[in-house]
Amino acid sequence: MSEEQIKNPGTERSRSLEKQFEARIARDEKIEPKDWMPEKYRKTHIRQMSQHAHSEIVGMLPEGNWITRAPSLRRKVALLAKVQDEAGHGLYLYSATETLGISRDEMYEQLHTGKAKYSSIFNYPTVTWADMGAIGWLVDGAAIINQVPLCNTSYGPYARAMIRVCKEESFHQRQGYEIMMKLANGTPEQKEMAQDALNRWWWPSLMMLGPTDAESIHTEQSMKWKLKRKSNDDLRQQFIDQTVPQADLIGLTIPDPDLKWNEERQSYDFGDIDWDEFWQVVKGHGPMNKERMKARVGAWEEGEWVRDAAMAYADKKQERKEKQVV
Amino acid sequence: MQLQVQFNMKQELYKYILGIADNSLILGQRLGELTGHGPTLETDIACTNISLDLFGQVRSYFQYAAKIAGDGRTEDNIAMLRKEREYVNVLLVEQPNTNFAYTMARQFLFDVYHLAFLSELEKSKDLTLSAIAKKCIKEVRYHERFSSDWIKRLGDGTEESKAKMQEAINDLWTYTDELFHQTEADKAMVSEGIGVDVTKLKDAYYKQVNEVLEIATLKIPESKYFQKGGKKGIHTEHLGYLLAELQYMQRTYPNMEW
Repeated sequence: MSEEQIKNPGTERSRSLEKQFEARIARDEKIEPKDWMPEKYRKTHIRQMSQHAHSEIVGMLPEGNWITRAPSLRRKVALLAKVQDEAGHGLYLYSATETLGISRDEMYEQLHTGKAKYSSIFNYPTVTWADMGAIGWLVDGAAIINQVPLCNTSYGPYARAMIRVCKEESFHQRQGYEIMMKLANGTPEQKEMAQDALNRWWWPSLMMLGPTDAESIHTEQSMKWKLKRKSNDDLRQQFIDQTVPQADLIGLTIPDPDLKWNEERQSYDFGDIDWDEFWQVVKGHGPMNKERMKARVGAWEEGEWVRDAAMAYADKKQERKEKQVV
Repeated sequence: MQLQVQFNMKQELYKYILGIADNSLILGQRLGELTGHGPTLETDIACTNISLDLFGQVRSYFQYAAKIAGDGRTEDNIAMLRKEREYVNVLLVEQPNTNFAYTMARQFLFDVYHLAFLSELEKSKDLTLSAIAKKCIKEVRYHERFSSDWIKRLGDGTEESKAKMQEAINDLWTYTDELFHQTEADKAMVSEGIGVDVTKLKDAYYKQVNEVLEIATLKIPESKYFQKGGKKGIHTEHLGYLLAELQYMQRTYPNMEW
């Protein structure tokens, strides 16, 4: 088979390759980096996986904001470990994405220029300590619901990355809930802090699961490739049904007057989501979009001389080694 | 009389532990400021990890100190509710993260000392301190390797990195001598076979530091003027702001559990 045939999707040969490819996915086989794949599959995966990696990295900022002010040594250690895990997830996911033929630097470039997106939830500010609890409980909780199905996704490196990521996220979620529980069972001031955080993070967490099915442009193709196994609306319902009893258990109130158990559906009915707010944040006009990008771009630019030095030093070391051999 | 001696010993031991742990506390806090802002993802992870190690060490020391005090105070009270003059860390560790060269130079100048110190503390007659030292050495050996590598990389990297690293070493050099000053608590603990005689670590310290600086093609600072005061609670102007953040929650919401 000539390269031309592989590149040109119009040829019969490539149609047959595509057919075989889809059949492999249907049989639940994993696609590996060196396997043939349609260009669209590669691009879609680069988009989703890099977006996921960026979310981990930008997600370090709102929580990193509280490391120096954590209320106890135990909480400080746990928060440091959590943010470090997120950096690890980012590293892992960038590496997995690199197997599709894009470099980490290119992905950073896309993030810094706004071409690539990251989860809109990280554009909200963390204003009190309780936000560390709310993020762990709600944001990581929603992330898990999104990510557990990805452990079986068709692209091997992504699926394997997700298995590890999900284990750690689940720990973070329990840790966040434990922070909230402690506050909810604490002094009236602490309970108020917890309720306030729930009030502010609830709706953005629901939005985090993506636009409604009617507006989601990627769903159908992603379902076929097992990049998605349930629709956004189904995932959102699952998240709500799972989270409401957890709030009840610690005596916090979900900030939705329309929230009501529906006996027939065996699910909660809930109020309207403010999608205008969602799109405003996605388009770059949320409360913290500019600050988050400023922090990321700033770290990158300020670190340039460090990265240059590391490269120069590695080159010198290599030269010396070669001279020694000669 | 016997009881009074025992009481004094306990107090000296308590102070001695604070003298060790405050260095890790303040340095860990400084590194924690950088999480999410590192020059690469790998250095970000490493610095966060070092901070994590240091706070883990702080917890072991302060839990022990709280037990010795025996009056209901906790590791958090000790870490977060003292006044500025009661913190006894060396001035070196409270210096700000001016840039990555300063952060690494500060780390390196402390790590070389820290590793040598723990190697001696491991031999302490106090079994708790010896056990803590044993655990910490493994971590600090990694810290020292990491920071030494960065001294070499930046010193022998580009002209820009060399200039930045040289400036950081020159500026921080003035705080190195204090590492080897003995406090009253030090003397009391050394005589009991519990503490480390830091004065004996000095020659080997400068020998090792100078060796790394030479490999890094950096100049060894010639200044003979050194700053001191941290061990007596007289700090640079930087510490107050660091403590304001460290103590914020405990001060704003007193007597609560988190």
